Amino acid sequence: MEMLSGAEMVVRALQDEGVEYIFGYPGGAVLHIYDALFQQDKVNHILVRHEQAATHAADGYARSTGKPGVVLVTSGPGATNAITGIATAFMDSIPMVVLSGQVRSDWIGDDAFQETDMIGLSRPIVKHSFMVRDPSEIPEMVKKAFYIASTGRPGPVLIDIPKDHTAPNKTFPYEYPKKVKMRSYMPVSRGHSGQIRKAVDELLKAKRPVIYSGGGVVQGDASEALTAVARKLNYPVTNTLMGLGAYPGTDKQFLGMLGMHGTYEANMSMHNADVILAAGARLDDRVTNDAKKFCPGAKIIHIDIDPASISKNVTAHIPIVGPVKQVLEEMLTMIDEHDSGPDHKSVERWWQEIDGWRQVHGLRYEVNENGPMKPQQVVQALYKATNGEAFVTSDVGQHQMFAAQYYLYDRPRQWINSGGLGTMGFGLPAAMGVQFAYPDGVVACVTGEGSIQMNIQELSTCLQYGLPIKIININNQALGMVRQWQDMQYGGRHSQSYMESLPDFVKLAESYGHVGMLVEKFEDLQPAMDEAFALKDRLVFMDIYVDSTEHVYPMHIADGAMRDMWLSKTERT
Amino acid sequence: MRRIISILMENEPGALSRVVGLFSQRGYNIETLTVAPTEDDTLSRLTMTTTGDDKKIEQITKHLNKLIEVVKLVDLTEGAHIEREIMLMKVKATGAQRAEVKRTVDIFRGQIVDVTSTVYTVQLTGTTDKLEAFINAVGEAQVLEVVRSGVSGISRGEKVLSL
Repeated sequence: MEMLSGAEMVVRALQDEGVEYIFGYPGGAVLHIYDALFQQDKVNHILVRHEQAATHAADGYARSTGKPGVVLVTSGPGATNAITGIATAFMDSIPMVVLSGQVRSDWIGDDAFQETDMIGLSRPIVKHSFMVRDPSEIPEMVKKAFYIASTGRPGPVLIDIPKDHTAPNKTFPYEYPKKVKMRSYMPVSRGHSGQIRKAVDELLKAKRPVIYSGGGVVQGDASEALTAVARKLNYPVTNTLMGLGAYPGTDKQFLGMLGMHGTYEANMSMHNADVILAAGARLDDRVTNDAKKFCPGAKIIHIDIDPASISKNVTAHIPIVGPVKQVLEEMLTMIDEHDSGPDHKSVERWWQEIDGWRQVHGLRYEVNENGPMKPQQVVQALYKATNGEAFVTSDVGQHQMFAAQYYLYDRPRQWINSGGLGTMGFGLPAAMGVQFAYPDGVVACVTGEGSIQMNIQELSTCLQYGLPIKIININNQALGMVRQWQDMQYGGRHSQSYMESLPDFVKLAESYGHVGMLVEKFEDLQPAMDEAFALKDRLVFMDIYVDSTEHVYPMHIADGAMRDMWLSKTERT
Repeated sequence: MRRIISILMENEPGALSRVVGLFSQRGYNIETLTVAPTEDDTLSRLTMTTTGDDKKIEQITKHLNKLIEVVKLVDLTEGAHIEREIMLMKVKATGAQRAEVKRTVDIFRGQIVDVTSTVYTVQLTGTTDKLEAFINAVGEAQVLEVVRSGVSGISRGEKVLSL
């Protein structure tokens, strides 16, 4: 059998796992691993400028491809810098494998230089973690890490590797296991057919149904199955922030996003529904508003791979634990074979009601004829410039909500944002990961002047690897979402929510070797956008000044039901 | 409601901290906790008592089951079961009190396992209620030190928690 050092085993195991890219930053505890990486060319290491960006880039890669993202960081500050990105991936159930260096094993616990208890620090934000105790464990540990990260409800898995276990002078027999079996980890492979049948019976009896789908449909590659079920039944579909793209955004059965900033028609349909099919969604607080007032007349069918998500916030009447794709496919077969079959007429009146809601209060905003541009106009110009086909990553805040509302996503994995943790600084590094996965793809990062400055240093990484990302900086000179809440709930006292001393982003982009553009007038917006996207091999940073007083609407009225919304600064339901 | 949850988990470093961490992370309460290897040394058996309504207990068991190292678990309070706790206690034993403590220990079927001229060390096994009743009977003023093992439990009859 081949004899390899611990470091060589780590790298070889990544090769055998088919890893294309590993995002990382070197340091003392991982030098042996970096040396092993240097001596091969199958796994491409991407050098970021901050470890948080490494995790977000790996995350963007994972979200856009479905394959686990891989991260390599050193001990101590390298590991702690990775924490935010690991938590981001954990909250959105993204498959990720993080390798962190650790001080040599005989120094653990001695407060050695760059020592931190990474297993302990990361425990609440990983699906699982391993500490290498003997180098011979490495191949099986890596195999298990990828297996756990990418099966069941996906999530990040950490391997902490003390430096002495990667030393080049000690070698061990290497064999990469073809399969792993763990008696304590057996993800469910099928939903219960009896439950699925009950759900189908209920769905076919519905008069006011809504299909509500979430990130699980995207992550579980169940978008086709969902679309087939929805079309067969002619039922309306709404997606969560994480689920956008799982059902085509331009389809007439699509109601838009639901929840805190969901459309009027989506939230009204949910509130008045008699049957809700929740697929790969977790009924979280940004969707339900007050869970006690949630959809009072609805029977809830809930499909989720994670039993702990079911009946956590809202009790499910028909719970189905299983992979959402398999469950929806089985549903489709049962609908075909069902005695009563789908009857599109039975929901005609429901559709009339929904169309009424659409007409009264569809997504809209007021345009200033001579005043500053509206952020919504920027997203619409982006949609036009990219024919609705770009990968769009976003940061967190108002721009994120506008990008979710006004860009219509027709395919899964096209919209990439930090939904659960809400991590500012996610957008640019995530866009890097997407661009590595799709070198010829059009990738736009919709951001704001607050968020972009949280990982601005990655402009340097983008130059090094020639990543032609288009950064759409919706610059309202304020922390917009914070300001909106302060306007609505704190008497307009803008405590620390303004941005003074903004850099000249055009010069900043240029100094990093990229193209910068400043847009201040609406008439320049579309031409500038078209020009930026015509520069196919350059990163373009578009600094676009917009109205700082704009709010995101609709917005749930706190502690109300789904139907309780502000529709503008002066109108409410 | 008080529940006794019994868990079989991989006997690996870090496994216990994941269980304990889960409770603090999700705001659940641990009242007692006991853990030791089983006849199969790759497995540990952990017993904990906690309180909560049905919904909370359901979430606790679901989240425990999600931990990779947890192999199996059972809520013993769902069926007939036996629970035991062991207590060691130092009690003042001087004057008239000396004979009184001895009588109380006999009534509760405990044993005096160590003696000095002023102190008895008592060993007592039973349910949590029984141990508390004993402390009350002796009188808190007489008690010098108490150490309790926490609850261990097993189901009655032929039902077995094993692989």
